[in-house]
Amino acid sequence: MSTVTAQAPPEGADVQQAEFDAKIAADQRIEPRDWMPDGYRRTLVRQVSQHAHSEIIGMQPEGDWIASAPSLRRKAILLAKVQDEAGHGLYLYAAAETLGVDRADLTDRLIEGRQKYSSIFNYPSLTFADVGVIGWLVDGAAICNQVPLCRSSFGPYARAMVRICKEESFHQRQGYELLMRMMEGTDAQRAMVQDAVDRWWWPSLMMFGPPDADSPNTRQSMAWRIKRDTNDELRQKFVDMTVPQAERLGVTLPDPELAWNDERGHYDFGEPDWAEFKQVISGSGPKNAERIARRRAAHEKGAWVREAATAYARKHAQEATA
Amino acid sequence: MSTENTHPSPARPEWPLYEVFVRGKRGLNHVHVGSLHAPDDRMALHNARNLYTRRNEGVSIWVVRAEDITASSPDEKDPFFEPSGDKVYRHPTFYPIPDDVPHI
Amino acid sequence: MSGDNIYTALSEEHGGDTRWAFGTGFTDALAGVDTTLPEGVDGQDLALYCQMLGDDALVQAQRLIHWVTDAPELEEEVALANIALDLLGQARLLLSRAGQADGTGRDEDAFAYHRTADQFRNVHLAEAPRGDFARAIVTLLVLSSVRLAVFTRLADSRDPVLAAIAAKAVHELAYHRDYAVSWALRLGDGTPYSHERMVEAVTDVWPLTGEPFATHPVEARLTAQGAAVDPATVRAEVHDVLTQVLTTATLQAPPAFPEPVLAGRGGEHTPELAPLVAELQKVAREHPEATW
Repeated sequence: MSTVTAQAPPEGADVQQAEFDAKIAADQRIEPRDWMPDGYRRTLVRQVSQHAHSEIIGMQPEGDWIASAPSLRRKAILLAKVQDEAGHGLYLYAAAETLGVDRADLTDRLIEGRQKYSSIFNYPSLTFADVGVIGWLVDGAAICNQVPLCRSSFGPYARAMVRICKEESFHQRQGYELLMRMMEGTDAQRAMVQDAVDRWWWPSLMMFGPPDADSPNTRQSMAWRIKRDTNDELRQKFVDMTVPQAERLGVTLPDPELAWNDERGHYDFGEPDWAEFKQVISGSGPKNAERIARRRAAHEKGAWVREAATAYARKHAQEATA
Repeated sequence: MSTENTHPSPARPEWPLYEVFVRGKRGLNHVHVGSLHAPDDRMALHNARNLYTRRNEGVSIWVVRAEDITASSPDEKDPFFEPSGDKVYRHPTFYPIPDDVPHI
Repeated sequence: MSGDNIYTALSEEHGGDTRWAFGTGFTDALAGVDTTLPEGVDGQDLALYCQMLGDDALVQAQRLIHWVTDAPELEEEVALANIALDLLGQARLLLSRAGQADGTGRDEDAFAYHRTADQFRNVHLAEAPRGDFARAIVTLLVLSSVRLAVFTRLADSRDPVLAAIAAKAVHELAYHRDYAVSWALRLGDGTPYSHERMVEAVTDVWPLTGEPFATHPVEARLTAQGAAVDPATVRAEVHDVLTQVLTTATLQAPPAFPEPVLAGRGGEHTPELAPLVAELQKVAREHPEATW
């Protein structure tokens, strides 16, 4: 994109910083071509690209079940959902690119294991009940995280999140609906659901990130209004939302400390295993290597196709396109 | 003076970046919905159709190479847009009309 | 974000905002269509015919699904998923019609999950191994060209349900073919390597291109009753289309289609189909009493 500049007013760094701060204070959006502090840009590149990677890697645990979904209706729902995740990854990569990085580099960072993604997707999906529980808990947690991001201070990120949240509104509901059906089914189905809840509950709580005390970036991100709530606030909100849903479903959440606290007006709950969290996010999760290898294989195997399209475009560049 | 391009130079072998505009339904403007990569214009339309109209979103799509867009710089906000800020007579509320005058 | 409903924030801020060009609603292809079997159309034949057309779509979709998380670019994963979703939708409508037509009242899942592989009626080209991207494009090009030609005529079927399904599917299939053509051009006229891949793909696929034009007795009888389309009648048209596409893609004009010999339409399949059906039915068969 080129820029036509009518006039170049001499502005010092302090003036730019002051203007940026004023926009943030007034709850205005920062747009790609505005001046922004390096730290703000770096933080956003990291957050948005990790978010994009999470969508793309997140296709795999459920994607494995599309071919074996036990009804054609479930198959169509699941395929549409996994396809949405590819789309959401693309929206987010596009938002990241407005910050001056390019998607090819981000893809390289992902398939070379140089950039993180949500640790939740490094757990295996063992039965079809996992499809329902991923929709209910994992997408439920994702929505808690994402809805406030629709008001993030960086315009392209906020707009991508609006679109994503709108589209994802069916993701959690389809999961919960599947679980309700399964709970009305056979004993074996009910056991599958409980087993999946047992396995996914704690990883879902970890999706909100480390406790506020151990989250060095949170305070700055909130000052910049990239984030709007702390990790612990969102985690509490998620637990408060989910407990009644679990009761209605008839499953037990695997936390003996889970109890309503009248004084706080919230549920108390136990502490996730943060040592495990650190292990999984740093690449030692049960499925980490496999998830990345799959993406890398697709990318490498497809190189000749991308090159062919580029070569064709070069040859036919002169032709008028309809 | 703005040196921050929205997007980096296209001098790399990957598919170029396109901006996508969708007309949601007849009677509305095309609106910018996002961007995508494609090897050429035709495939950009395919990709836009598949990515941005998965839910009946559009009746018409425009795609344009991001590098072909000429944009005003954020620094020019004042000279470009301020002169119209005081032309209050362009707005209908500038003209007081009594409440009992119908259809206006 | 309010406590009891996580979506409130969304609807508060963006409710009814048309600037976003968000999608709305969907249309029911069969809304208001009379499902009574028309007089003079044989129900058993119609049910088999619906399975033939439905199984082509279901089996092809089952193959395409595996491109999602495995395509050359994310954009192609989205595109191929769209095509698979269209085909799944066609399969569901056609298999549901099969259960109405034969009087058993079986639903789409009864056909998809509770038939054995040798009861499937799809052509071999749909069940053929996935291969590389060039192979996938050539397969899609042939199948969508045949299906588009048949369904265009089927929109005039005397069975109102089949006619409505076909009328909706024609738009989808025209897009599938357009997508396949776009990629056939780019691979054929891309790099020397991609050209070679296309030559090989056409060579591999071609032996399977005779079968779709073979007329099964069910198709012959239903065509006489005005309910079906004899695939032999679209053979020349499809060959013209493929010749035009492949030569524009700088490939050689294809030879004539092989002799049309019935196989999959009568339940004879290659060894490739059984594992595909096993994967399709795995969960459903493990839990025969379950509801999903």
